[in-house]
Amino acid sequence: MHEMSLCEGVLQVLQTEAEKQGFHRVKTVILEIGDLSSVEPEAMRFSFDVVMKNSLAENANLTIENIPGTAWCMQCSKNVLIKQRYDECPDCGGYQLQVVSGDEMRIKELEVE
Amino acid sequence: MCTVCGCGEGESRIEGDSHHTHSHEDDHGHSHGEHHHHYGHGPAHAHAPGMDQTRMVQIEQDILGKNNEYAHANRLLFSEQGILTLNLVSSPGSGKTTLLTRALQDLKDEMTLAVIEGDQETSRDAERIRQTGVPAIQINTGKGCHLDAHQVGHAVEHLPLEQGSVLMIENVGNLVCPAAFDLGEASKIAILSVTEGEDKPIKYPDMFHAADLLLLNKIDLLPYLDFDIEQCIEYAKRVNPGIQVFQVSAKTGEGMEEWYQWIRLTQQTRMIGRRTEKSVPTVSAN
Repeated sequence: MHEMSLCEGVLQVLQTEAEKQGFHRVKTVILEIGDLSSVEPEAMRFSFDVVMKNSLAENANLTIENIPGTAWCMQCSKNVLIKQRYDECPDCGGYQLQVVSGDEMRIKELEVE
Repeated sequence: MCTVCGCGEGESRIEGDSHHTHSHEDDHGHSHGEHHHHYGHGPAHAHAPGMDQTRMVQIEQDILGKNNEYAHANRLLFSEQGILTLNLVSSPGSGKTTLLTRALQDLKDEMTLAVIEGDQETSRDAERIRQTGVPAIQINTGKGCHLDAHQVGHAVEHLPLEQGSVLMIENVGNLVCPAAFDLGEASKIAILSVTEGEDKPIKYPDMFHAADLLLLNKIDLLPYLDFDIEQCIEYAKRVNPGIQVFQVSAKTGEGMEEWYQWIRLTQQTRMIGRRTEKSVPTVSAN
């Protein structure tokens, strides 16, 4: 239940921000989730509804924006697209890859009142 | 939310921590049945009945931001005190606790050690550790599948941590979630036993990506198994080209000395440039 604890993390951020920015209800939560972040969007949706119950974000909509995985290939000296961490470079077939993006798990934006 | 230190409600327990016995019962006791129909509390306190005050707020925060803050505080504390903290991660049954007790037996005379034990339930492992004479504290995560930085921060308060000591954290046996939760450690050490499949590094890439060191355990069993060591190391290097691999047997002791050497070197590197009472740099008169 990895996604469950992530949702609890989201709720903690919402509670802190509610106090800081003076809102009392969250209507939409927009998350940015990278392809390499080990987060299953469907499990995230399921846990989100459960965790947000009886909170300031009860019944809030969840939007998940996907960020593709990219890595710097040492051999090709350029960024390439990858689907998993163990993927080889689609151009040269090497594994000397440094992940550049795609491991994000971020709360991007909120619709609040 | 806990009003004492701001921690969220949960089932996690730290041995001997009375700080977390206060009640969280009243958390959501307020009623949601009332209707206010009061829309007039905008940023400029403009009271315009019936107007919707919905707005967008840019957050751009890491979901694990809270955990990362605690991890940062832990890391700062460890660094100030010159403590080398190692986060041991693996699937259940890889021989983590056996490996750890052996290492503690072998190292306790030359360095100061302490252990944080993470398990869902029971304090059996902490008791096993304490039998070696090394102080240990158990964290039971309850529902949780991993240790987080907040639990570790509280556990540390209950351990006698000396300058320059080595703190081993045995995480909950799980190859998924502990990869994402920074505890403030210097390094994650992944333990994989040869009774598991050699393709574990690519099946659970996040964990092997996050680890600096891979200990291939139970190599005394290799003659009875079809485990392909070369292939396993190749898979590990695919997800993490920089990972170091040691082949060990916690049972026979084979290969353990290499890991101990790694611990000694890593700890010494941490102490370089540190000013301690014992080693204040002196300028030679010549």
